[in-house]
Amino acid sequence: MSGLARAPSVFSGEADLLTFWAEGSSPRPFFVLKEVAPILDLAVEVKGAVKSFWETESGGEVGLLPIRRRRTLALKGVSFEVRRGEIFGILGANGAGKSTLIRLIATLLLPDAGEVRVFGMDVTRHQLEVRRHINRVSVEASFFKKLSAYENLDYAAGLYGRTRREVMAEAVAILSDLGLPEKKLRAPLENLSRGQQQKVAIARAMLTSPTLMLLDEPTTGLDPRSKKDVQAFVEEIRDHHDSTTILTTHDMREAERLCDRVAIIHDGAFLALGTPSELVERHAPEGDLEEAFLQIMGKPMEEIEEAIEIS
Amino acid sequence: MTAAQIEGRASMALVRRNLNLVKRYLGWEAAFLFYNIVNTLTIGLIASLEPASKRAETILYLVIGALIWNFLSVLFNEVSNSIQWERWEGTIEYSMMAPIHRLTYLGGVCVWGSLYGLLRTAFVLGAVVLFFHLSLAGANLFGALLVMLASLLSFVGLGLMVAVLPLISAERGAQANQVIQGVILLISGVYYPISALPGPLHALGVLSPATYTLEATRSAILGGASVAHLVPTILGLVGAGVIMIPVGLGIFTLGERYAMRAGKLKRAG
Repeated sequence: MSGLARAPSVFSGEADLLTFWAEGSSPRPFFVLKEVAPILDLAVEVKGAVKSFWETESGGEVGLLPIRRRRTLALKGVSFEVRRGEIFGILGANGAGKSTLIRLIATLLLPDAGEVRVFGMDVTRHQLEVRRHINRVSVEASFFKKLSAYENLDYAAGLYGRTRREVMAEAVAILSDLGLPEKKLRAPLENLSRGQQQKVAIARAMLTSPTLMLLDEPTTGLDPRSKKDVQAFVEEIRDHHDSTTILTTHDMREAERLCDRVAIIHDGAFLALGTPSELVERHAPEGDLEEAFLQIMGKPMEEIEEAIEIS
Repeated sequence: MTAAQIEGRASMALVRRNLNLVKRYLGWEAAFLFYNIVNTLTIGLIASLEPASKRAETILYLVIGALIWNFLSVLFNEVSNSIQWERWEGTIEYSMMAPIHRLTYLGGVCVWGSLYGLLRTAFVLGAVVLFFHLSLAGANLFGALLVMLASLLSFVGLGLMVAVLPLISAERGAQANQVIQGVILLISGVYYPISALPGPLHALGVLSPATYTLEATRSAILGGASVAHLVPTILGLVGAGVIMIPVGLGIFTLGERYAMRAGKLKRAG
């Protein structure tokens, strides 16, 4: 572990003062925040988050034609809390607002209204501090394709102050846990399969020791073997690391297996929230989470899949 | 580990990444360098139209312009295209999510751009010296180097201002960068004195830091101007940089805020 001391040691709560210490940099704290007491058990608090975007209807970026745009509401006042150490699932079709929510928490978007807090810190006012605690794996394993996995990891972890030596040793260990042989570290990313690239993406996130992991459809499009490896790794993180995870997925079995609680989002609003068994009990007592999902959405699966295809 | 160490390592990670990319794209690097050399020699050969008595001086005049433009355009491109490059590869969200100050990220890009620009220009200079058998007796090379270093600051500031364009608009930002670079080439007296420019363009030329870089470098190499003589220009260039870097950073920060509000901080933008 390097950089800032990570949770739980990151919190030294005294009265209403929260102090963050950088390793080896005593006696001065790295930064100090007030407003602490109620936050220690909460990793994420989202209160009435609203986000809209302008969408292009005609013309567009490439042409010189005038652009006609319309405003679309991606999130309509979403509120929820994620407890520390929890795996919180967000289920919904494409375009439902899952990634917008993840990107708000990841400090990549500013909300139009509402509040998003990570470990008590507002994502719009304390971006740098929030960023020290989070990392993300998205559906696209985005890398410099000509560079090797190691070179990509060296760059990504280097941005968090990690040294090359630390990165190499840890990357080998993490990727070995994920079932990726060491020799693949030297191969250009473009020569790795989609599943292998996604494993490198997970290693990229893990190298920064995030206390909040944002997994945005990490297993979408993976072969069954890779999918299983990634899911097993998420379970390992839950069992052996002090880390909170927010996971978006289309895969109901995955959500049932991994998530402590799930929320079902549709058209920018949460339709249901609870443990998988609670949702099943409430909405499909004779079925499984997929049945419950269909009941909540009020549509047959074919229609939802069609919506996914179209979007 | 202190915050300064984290930021320093982050900057160096950017330099290492770009060095690795150059190694992976070595074929393209060789092709671009070959083109740069041939282009500079071609520009120098325009001096063959001059009478023999003036030919050597004109070659130097033109070649200085080509070399400095080569250096400044490499630096400018590296800084202004840094965001565009991240967009192409899809890594922009990960780089922007890193817990470092934006100055650290852009500082790493600028350090790389300066080193890479100097190295490429040194290769072209070597080729020019061999091809034209140029004599630099009487030239104040140290003074010229000081001028180049002083002008780095203002070009970094300018680069920061335009680096924001691809952040705001993926396609049009890159197009605007090309246009801005073309205007700087036109107005800065790269191959002619700015007095040759018509009125409004001449006024713009007076505002361009590259104009003063070129004038001072030529006066150091062609006229052998002493460092003492160059000091006012050097100080002016440093002063311009000291103003332009914070202004550029401020513009970039505002642009990033807009991109975060509009949802443009992503691959497609």
